[in-house]
Amino acid sequence: MIVLADGLTLVERKLLHLRHQPGTLVAMLVMPAVMVVLFGFVFGSAIKVPGGGNYREYLMPGLFVMTGVFALSSAMVDVATDQGRGVTDRLRSMPTARAAVPVGQTGADTVTGLFGLLILMASGLAFGWRAHHGLGHALGAIGVLLLFRYTMSWVGTYLGLIMPSAQTADALAPLTLPLSMLSNAFVPTDGMPGWLRVVCEGNPLSAAVAACRSLFGNPGAAAAGGSWPLTHPLAATLLWSAFLLAVFVPLSVRRFTRAGL
Amino acid sequence: MGNLGQPGNGDSPAVSVHGLRKRYGDVEALSGLDLTVAPGTVHGLLGPNGAGKSTVVRILSTLTRATAGRATVAGHDVAARPDAVREAIGLAGQHAAVDEKLTGRENLRIFGRLARLGRRGARHRADDLLERFELTEAADRLVGTYSGGMRRRIDLIASLLRAPAVLFLDEPTTGLDPRSRLDIWAIVRELVAEGTTVLLTTQYLDEADQLASAVAVVDRGRVIAEGSPAELKARIGSHVDVEVGGEADLAGAVAVLERLTGGRPAVEDLRIVTGVPGRAPSVPRLVRELDAAGVAVQDVGVRRPSLDDVFLTLTGRTTGTGGADGGATGMRRHDRAKEGATA
Ligand SMILES: Nc1ncnc2c1ncn2[C@@H]1O[C@H](COP(=O)(O)OP(=O)(O)O)[C@@H](O)[C@H]1O
Ligand SMILES: [Mg+2]
Repeated sequence: MIVLADGLTLVERKLLHLRHQPGTLVAMLVMPAVMVVLFGFVFGSAIKVPGGGNYREYLMPGLFVMTGVFALSSAMVDVATDQGRGVTDRLRSMPTARAAVPVGQTGADTVTGLFGLLILMASGLAFGWRAHHGLGHALGAIGVLLLFRYTMSWVGTYLGLIMPSAQTADALAPLTLPLSMLSNAFVPTDGMPGWLRVVCEGNPLSAAVAACRSLFGNPGAAAAGGSWPLTHPLAATLLWSAFLLAVFVPLSVRRFTRAGL
Repeated sequence: MGNLGQPGNGDSPAVSVHGLRKRYGDVEALSGLDLTVAPGTVHGLLGPNGAGKSTVVRILSTLTRATAGRATVAGHDVAARPDAVREAIGLAGQHAAVDEKLTGRENLRIFGRLARLGRRGARHRADDLLERFELTEAADRLVGTYSGGMRRRIDLIASLLRAPAVLFLDEPTTGLDPRSRLDIWAIVRELVAEGTTVLLTTQYLDEADQLASAVAVVDRGRVIAEGSPAELKARIGSHVDVEVGGEADLAGAVAVLERLTGGRPAVEDLRIVTGVPGRAPSVPRLVRELDAAGVAVQDVGVRRPSLDDVFLTLTGRTTGTGGADGGATGMRRHDRAKEGATA
């Protein structure tokens, strides 16, 4: 209950940030459409989807997952900023349940992430993307995306806690972009050189993208002869999330509870 | 308006620290620190950068654990009952620990809810505190637009949300302009008048002098002197600087200074420096008496003891430098200081 109440308070904090920075809000609304157009038409003119199909249909699950990866950098920056300002210490000196703070923050991020995802989906729908396997599968895919985002948010929380300063976090944050590119999100992995293909298919992101493609019925899912994570994307995504959560939740909670020892 | 503080219970100390040690790798931040803070008072922890002041505050506010030693706050052991300690304290640290992307009022409401005041309770408490500390006008502006002084004030107010029995203020006025410093001082006085106990760290003797009824001088992780500000200053004394018009005036000036201060004037060219134990005579009085004695005076000044003087006197070092075997010197001085205080 306490965790839930604190989570809601932290969601409100995030929403207040958005209210005070209408620019961010506009960017949040406009960016997805820009990304769909930019990637969809620019890359789409050159990239052939394996097994045929519309590139924008292929691309959307990649964009959905990529916004989830951005949760890693935003959590990292937020947590490092709070820590640098002394806000984290203030919270740790209050009778708030200490575990409630990282739990609340990651929960808050997932709630705002859901809004972002819905906006991105609306943009996709406007440019020809569809969920072909019905509502049940679509909801399943949204569930997978939120789980993935939640996992990334915990990883980011831990990274934020171990950052020496907010500036370092700011400087490292853009690295999530190349991290998202090293996957099957934008380009099929079949044509890549062997070593790169291994790296890209091993990226947990690729499994999540493949899982979304199969749940939404978008092209490019489960290429024959692919590695295990891509032929069993749903299982691989769930295993990845379970593994990363099992590592980073206790690490973050411990670090938050006992920081500065 | 509502009472902010809860009086400490009886005569038991609000803060009690025994043999506190803290190691960070090779650095010994605290090496056996003792401290007792009486309820309802302001206790100053005075020391230069790196003395260990923040480490003490961090341990007492349950942010860090001590390597050895025992500490209780409001009767609760900080290691065994951190939750009970957190219920009883407020902390305003060295930076303004508030969210710059929110308004002052939103900050207080969010922190109030996280401090378990409830949504309504947090809203009322925030409004009360803002009105009481005259921040209502700026309350709905983003903290990012606040001046340094206002940030510290909103930070201090955020530490009062739960009406703490014991309030920790870690260098609350470092880097502030004189006006803002007075504002903070006024708030601290008001809180103490209502029964809150305050442990205040500072690098400024005058701040400790203005606010604290007892001061512990901290150097290299231990307390090297303790007493009321008056006792500390009396031990250190002040300096009277006189510059005379010519050689012929020296003898007359020295005689006047000896009579007025009871100190031993030291002559250097046309300057006479006199160390005064205790209170120095006022500048107008010095001028009057020197004039009456027919001494031509160029300049007269009374130098109040600064933290550097305290340090120089107590440790034989200035605050900036780290001389050898300062620790041993500190111990010896401490013993002497104790004798002085009881005499
Ligand atoms: N987290 C830390 N890690 C390593 N050393 C630290 C840490 N915190 C403080 N110190 C060291 O402990 C000593 C005391 O620091 P501190 O308590 O911050 O002093 P003060 O607040 O009096 O300036 C300093 O030498 C400082 O460098
Ligand atoms: Mg400090």
